[in-house]
Amino acid sequence: MSDVQQSIARHDTFPKLLIRNAQTRGDRTAYREKIFGIWQAFDWSQVLDNVRALSCGLAALGVKRGDKVAVIGDNRPQLYWVFPAVQALGAIPVPLYQDSVADEMKYVLEHAEVRFAVVENQEQTDKVMSIMEGLPALEGIVYEDERGLRNYSEEFLHSYDAVQEKGRAYDSANAGFFENEIAQGKGEDVSVILYTSGTTGNPKGVVISFDNLRESGELSVGFENLTEKEEVLSYLPMAWIGDHLFSYAQAYTAGYAVNCPESSDTVLTDLRELGPTYYFAPPAVFENMLTNMQIRMEDAGWIKRNLFNTFIDVAKDVGVNILERKPVSIFGRMKYWLGKLFIYGPLLNTLGFSRIRIAYTAGAPMGPDVFRFYRSLGLNLKQLYGQTESCAYVCIQADSDVRPDTVGPPAPGCEVKIDDVSGEVLYRSPGSFVSYYKNEEATAETKTAEGWIHTGDAGIFTDDGHLKIIDRAKDVGKLNNNTLFAPQYLENKLKFFPFIKEVVAHGNARDHVAAFINIDLEAVGNWAERNGLSYTSYTDLANREEVYGLIQSNIESVNQDLAMDSELSGSQIRRFLILHKELDADDGELTRTRKVRRRIIADRYGELIEALYSDKDHIDVEAKVTFEDGRTGVIKADLKIRDCKTFEPMRQAG
Amino acid sequence: MSVPDRNIGGELLKVDNISLSFGAVRAIIDVSFDIREREIRAIIGPNGAGKTSMLNVINGVYHPQEGSITFNGQERAQMKPHEAAEQGIARTFQNVALFRGMTTLDNIMTGRNLKMKSNFLSQALYWGPSRREEMENREFVENIIDFLEIQAIRKTPVGRLPYGLQKRVELGRALAAEPHLLLLDEPMAGMNLEEKEDMCRFILDVNEEFGTTIALIEHDMGVVMDLSDRVVVLDYGRKIADGTPDEVRADQAVIDAYLGVSH
Repeated sequence: MSDVQQSIARHDTFPKLLIRNAQTRGDRTAYREKIFGIWQAFDWSQVLDNVRALSCGLAALGVKRGDKVAVIGDNRPQLYWVFPAVQALGAIPVPLYQDSVADEMKYVLEHAEVRFAVVENQEQTDKVMSIMEGLPALEGIVYEDERGLRNYSEEFLHSYDAVQEKGRAYDSANAGFFENEIAQGKGEDVSVILYTSGTTGNPKGVVISFDNLRESGELSVGFENLTEKEEVLSYLPMAWIGDHLFSYAQAYTAGYAVNCPESSDTVLTDLRELGPTYYFAPPAVFENMLTNMQIRMEDAGWIKRNLFNTFIDVAKDVGVNILERKPVSIFGRMKYWLGKLFIYGPLLNTLGFSRIRIAYTAGAPMGPDVFRFYRSLGLNLKQLYGQTESCAYVCIQADSDVRPDTVGPPAPGCEVKIDDVSGEVLYRSPGSFVSYYKNEEATAETKTAEGWIHTGDAGIFTDDGHLKIIDRAKDVGKLNNNTLFAPQYLENKLKFFPFIKEVVAHGNARDHVAAFINIDLEAVGNWAERNGLSYTSYTDLANREEVYGLIQSNIESVNQDLAMDSELSGSQIRRFLILHKELDADDGELTRTRKVRRRIIADRYGELIEALYSDKDHIDVEAKVTFEDGRTGVIKADLKIRDCKTFEPMRQAG
Repeated sequence: MSVPDRNIGGELLKVDNISLSFGAVRAIIDVSFDIREREIRAIIGPNGAGKTSMLNVINGVYHPQEGSITFNGQERAQMKPHEAAEQGIARTFQNVALFRGMTTLDNIMTGRNLKMKSNFLSQALYWGPSRREEMENREFVENIIDFLEIQAIRKTPVGRLPYGLQKRVELGRALAAEPHLLLLDEPMAGMNLEEKEDMCRFILDVNEEFGTTIALIEHDMGVVMDLSDRVVVLDYGRKIADGTPDEVRADQAVIDAYLGVSH
């Protein structure tokens, strides 16, 4: 074997894996895309041909080893091919979020010193062209969809087809060029630079090597038994590590098919037609589906509705146990089987979930009821914890042991520890990133000399080794008795109740935890109507004795839950009050994305916080409010303060 | 951004001294103008100026008492709407006129009606040439669906769609006839800003991609001035100005008509 063949046979970069896949499973489908209403497939050998042409075409345009090439657009096979095509030349792809505005793109394109950009369509082309003046490094734009661009005459614009055409000529003129270039690639080379979305400050470019991605891919493929028969639907942004792992790294290591939706609006229809076996969605997607389902069931005839409710109750009883292969009575199994025949099967089919073996959710906490609902139907939904810096995986739940409130034990190959002082989660894994691009300071802050990476999240391990993420590390405090106080964790737990819209938990350097509650006017209003309670306004409703009782029962059930957790049982909520007005972004109390601004609330409602920690059972308040038309007014109210029952700490059963 | 090569050709349609009255009401009085190949031509004017009547004259719904129309070099005094359609004139309506119970796909398919040659029986049996014909037409329609970015509503009955999308489906149906001349009657009426921007982009793209000549009636002055190559202004049935958007904007008669002057 020649050196070139030997190097390729090491399969340590994605272009090499692509060659392997084309050889070993050349006629299996690698990509599918719906065009003109019909799913069009590309098998692995076609993909290799296309990548080869594109790669040689880019080389002919002048892309060299070490150059950065931006990828901007919705999930399309042609854009996924840019990754191996660029990597084959030893250049580095930099995917960008396709919905970012031109200025945000400018920062990344400038910081990464991008020389070429491969973009989807006219929209992205116009965006990049509008900022081109400030980007001296950017030499060319390659666009995929010609529509609207036919009359653009700029010399730096190239159509994807033309580049591939050029590449085919270049390839036949320079035989062996493509393989030689691929053979020069090594596992430790930089594979991709992913920019984190950057909620604080400028985005940071996370440099990831082939080894990082490939090993994370292989480990997770092994852990989940992923085979070349999987089907995934790629609809999440290509610039996000999750998609890069599922739709690229894992797809190339396992050799499975990646399916691109027709457009971003048709994802749900495409999902149903396709029936993927492996699926990822943020919690909000699952929650919306459930809400839609419930609304539609409300409109169904009574036979259907009763059938649905009966069997959903059966599923609640035994479904999760059946999924996790735990003992269930014969009678329970029979009822579940009937339910599967009449309800769960057709339901999962309508959602496009009937073939799913593994579904992940991550990114935000998911309501335990929603989580259990899907699992009880037989959908193997699991939570995942990770970040860009770890190539997505840090913790992962095993099929047989899934809980709504933890993210599972450390993933295979990952070590996780909790910092004793700050409570921050640290990990070390094969996926640990190389560095932040051109930002040594941040790299040093995040990555210790021994390779531990600071996540910025605070977490705890449950008694049997599952990691529970509770809050951002900087928000976590301590009660006076030294118990951990994680406000966001408590708030999220409470917000899962439909009656509670917003919560602010207090407790740092206090004796116990107390909370402000905002009720959900619609849900509580509805409840009031059904219970014959009349009210005039939010303030009036919020101050009703009955409503206080309702909220108190919610808080107490959270307390009961907390008592089961040895680390958090001290942070049960002792006292609460329902605020007389809704927290509002217009008043500066919430951010525009509806996150609580703790400092502003502490300033504005200092008096109320003090009252929570006194013996008073009510307090008079006056608050300034800004009306929608910009006028300001004053609300006066007499707020009640209630005590809640707390529970003795206990060990979780089992 | 590069200025597109407009490539406007010769005269496609010419109306000469058209007059139309309904009894004693004179809707159009002695109006003449022309539309050139591949241009976007706007017809504007205050309410009741005779814009829609003009459009109806062009595609044969109304028959003018005086004057003549030359389309594609053929002069004619009278023409039936289906003849106009056969010659390559398609239109959309001020009030959406779709089959509300039918899906988007089927609605656009109806626009292909004139392109279907096989007989009723073989269509019903979906056999032989009619099967191939159906597939070819479906492919054409799918291209339009892709072009107008309405894939997500392909199978949705149009009655359930928001107004802006219905307008887009209507444009799709007109395009399905592969028109030579496309008449748009207030394509942006009742739309919000975003829908208007989308529609503008589609109109420009239709013109650019298919080389379709477009005549449109519109109230939104900003849209008209940005979109069209030439504008003709009607007021009380008479032509009061004709020229590029800039010329029309500066024309005293137009300013008077829009601001209102006693007659």
